[in-house]
Amino acid sequence: MTRINLNINGASQELDVPEDMPLLWALRDILNLVGTKYACGIGECGACTVLMNGLPVRSCQVKATAMEGKEITTIEGLSADGKHPVQRAWNDEDVPQCGYCQAGQVLSAVALLNRTPHPEDADIDSAMSGVLCRCGTYVRIRKAIKRAAGYAAEDGSAS
Amino acid sequence: MSAPKDPVRVDRRTFLQVTLLASGALAVGVARPQLLSAAESEEPWVANLYVRIAPDSAITIVSKNPEAGQGVKTAFPMVVAECLEVDWKDVSVEQAPLDDRYGRQVVGGSRGTPDGWDDLRVAGTAAMYLLTAAAARQWKVAPDECTARDGHILHPATGRSLPYGELIETAASLPVPEISALKLKSRPADFKLLGSFVPGIDNHEILTGQPLFGSDVRLPGMLYAVFEKCPAFGGRVRSANLEYVRGLSGVTHAFVVEGTDELEGLMPGVAIVAETWWQAQSARRQLLVKWEPTQSDSSRAYAQQAEALREEDGNTRRSDGDPDGALESASQVVEASYHYPFVAHANMEPQTCTALLHESGKLELWAPSQNPKAGRALVSRVLGIAEDRIHVNLPRIGGGFGRRLINDFMVEAAWIAREAGRPVQLQWTREDDMRHDFYRPGAWHHFRAGLDTAGKMVAFDHHFITFGRNGKPVSGAGLSPGHYPAGLVPNFRLRQSLIETHVPTGPWRSPGHSAYCWAYQSFFDEVAHAAGRDALEFRLDLLSRSYGEPPLDLERTSGTLRTAAEKAGWGRDPGKNRGLGLAFHFDHGGFCSHAAQVVAEGSHIRVEKVWSALDVGPILNLSGARNQVEGAVIDALSTAQLEISFAEGAAQQGNFNRYGLLKIGQAPDVECHFIQSDHSPSGLGEPPFAPVAPAIANAIFAATGTRIRELPFARAGIQV
Repeated sequence: MTRINLNINGASQELDVPEDMPLLWALRDILNLVGTKYACGIGECGACTVLMNGLPVRSCQVKATAMEGKEITTIEGLSADGKHPVQRAWNDEDVPQCGYCQAGQVLSAVALLNRTPHPEDADIDSAMSGVLCRCGTYVRIRKAIKRAAGYAAEDGSAS
Repeated sequence: MSAPKDPVRVDRRTFLQVTLLASGALAVGVARPQLLSAAESEEPWVANLYVRIAPDSAITIVSKNPEAGQGVKTAFPMVVAECLEVDWKDVSVEQAPLDDRYGRQVVGGSRGTPDGWDDLRVAGTAAMYLLTAAAARQWKVAPDECTARDGHILHPATGRSLPYGELIETAASLPVPEISALKLKSRPADFKLLGSFVPGIDNHEILTGQPLFGSDVRLPGMLYAVFEKCPAFGGRVRSANLEYVRGLSGVTHAFVVEGTDELEGLMPGVAIVAETWWQAQSARRQLLVKWEPTQSDSSRAYAQQAEALREEDGNTRRSDGDPDGALESASQVVEASYHYPFVAHANMEPQTCTALLHESGKLELWAPSQNPKAGRALVSRVLGIAEDRIHVNLPRIGGGFGRRLINDFMVEAAWIAREAGRPVQLQWTREDDMRHDFYRPGAWHHFRAGLDTAGKMVAFDHHFITFGRNGKPVSGAGLSPGHYPAGLVPNFRLRQSLIETHVPTGPWRSPGHSAYCWAYQSFFDEVAHAAGRDALEFRLDLLSRSYGEPPLDLERTSGTLRTAAEKAGWGRDPGKNRGLGLAFHFDHGGFCSHAAQVVAEGSHIRVEKVWSALDVGPILNLSGARNQVEGAVIDALSTAQLEISFAEGAAQQGNFNRYGLLKIGQAPDVECHFIQSDHSPSGLGEPPFAPVAPAIANAIFAATGTRIRELPFARAGIQV
């Protein structure tokens, strides 16, 4: 066991983890942040995506011990009230079906919009291609990302 | 709490139940008498069905079925809210646990909607009836002078109005109405809320990462388990290095589960329990098990058997007219063979279940199961715990598709938790999930169609080679002898042969239909093409007459076909390297046709758009309904690229790197049209799926001239 200090959703967290434990399991089983989901364990499906310094990473593929000094954002910490433009757009387009992959979809979309505020379909396909959805919500994900871009622009002009 | 009122028996099935709860709330629901008596013998009746109206007018609607993404947790309460004349934002929804008083609690067969439709409307309308009667009594006016809006009963003539909460005490004291006296809304024209676009009731929790799913359950003192089974289905444990594994970091227990030989029950294996799931899984990597395999099935051997069986006659399941004579005298005979492989469910949430054996001896489970009642019976039988001592909570399911109609994961979790003496969450790996699925079985279809001089299909001979065990088709391998084109051609024969299999199979989204529709509808295209006829005209003609009982509603089927074709602009030139394809189907009460447009870019095919037309009666939630259609299109296109194969008795694919679900860039646009007939509503989880793959395959033929007769598409050299 190794004692580490992680910055998760803006708060400093001290925890003991097995040296080789991926960030995913530190979040789920030690910190009880269960919004980040396990689905493949090999970095193929993107369900476990979190943001590390604003960039999407597969939390099943990075060790928790390697995350010291990084800012980690999970779905629980994306906004205080669930009103991030991407969260609002995801609800308004009613993207989720079973919902299990959606934390990974939402955080991947947030990272995309941070770099490309007004993405074209090709940008969306490329940024989102690593996050699988068996229910087939892709049609709505495309729409929701464009809607979120609009919300973010409105929020920006309002503030 | 007051005693329940004498239930009014309306038929042999249903009671209306009206109760004033200790909290002062009015509860209205329906129940089944035979289940009621069983439940009542155990504990006092707590009416908790469908709708509760609190003294502060807060409305709670109970959702009885498990939610797996099919949208029932939103659509069902919408039905009650519609009948109750309340604003959707004033309603909260509560997930029911497994409770016999709710009747059927299953996600499957697209039956939730048709099964729930009457009960939900009765509950909502009865509550409305009682509240109206209560207000009328208070105001000393006739009930039919009163109306309801936004949670209030109004008396327009005098401008009086009372919120529901102030009427519940009086309402509870009134005689329970006859169900036959209730005026149930049934037609789309009557609806205000139903048919509108309502986002999912759990969206906020999903989008903020709140605990909701089976794998999100966290209990004090809970441990995490993995369970290793023999890669070759059915194999037993001979020995394992348990002592060594027990000494590994975080491990609290490691033991052999002898299990049974029931594929759908508790299979033999080794359980490892640890403080965290990662530690259990890490220890598992050092687990060495000597297995005793019991079979060595392989896809290669299946294919050899299928080839040999092809020459045989098979078992004739239906014969109409004179198929041999008609084929003999036909002016043209079209012959083709189709084959599709086994596929896995690949729910995004690998199987999981959490179990806690209370000190009292009661067992509590958190089971993302599509059929929790069957799971409870299985657990009861294997663990020897009476069913009434097992409580099953129903967390949200991370994808169903039929996989969780089988409850092996429930009995494993229950067994491991009892052995460990601690609450345990069992979490399968992706590999466990893909290698221990209940697969959709593969099959071979050998078709011969005879055409007359006018190009009409007058004879159809079909040799269906599928999988069986002990001489019977396995689960998911069924095909009704009444399935079209039986009844649509005068001379028809269905012959069936079985290949013995030891591979677990089970229901897979639209069981059977999701596979063989592709074969039928692709072959119809071949026949139309050989006859020199338009694919739409050929199908409409096929659906224009029947011989004996029609196998499906010809009008409604043709209606969807016409709509899909019209919306797609059937008959237009789609452009260079582009093609349009069509297919229709009927299953699980729903009628569906799709038209697809593809563009060929070398051997690569891009599916540009799918136009879908469905007749499932009135639409309850427009968003949920469209979601099922859009999802089915993508899921079906995905599945047409996938295959599970077997060698030495085991599945050869274990994760998404070898079983690659469709990605967003491959997903077509979907345009969805509902023909909202006045027929009572049917479900939508399954009907849109089956005709997708053939519509796309037919479009690929139109664009490229390549006829896909084998799945996955890659076998025909087609990359999507």
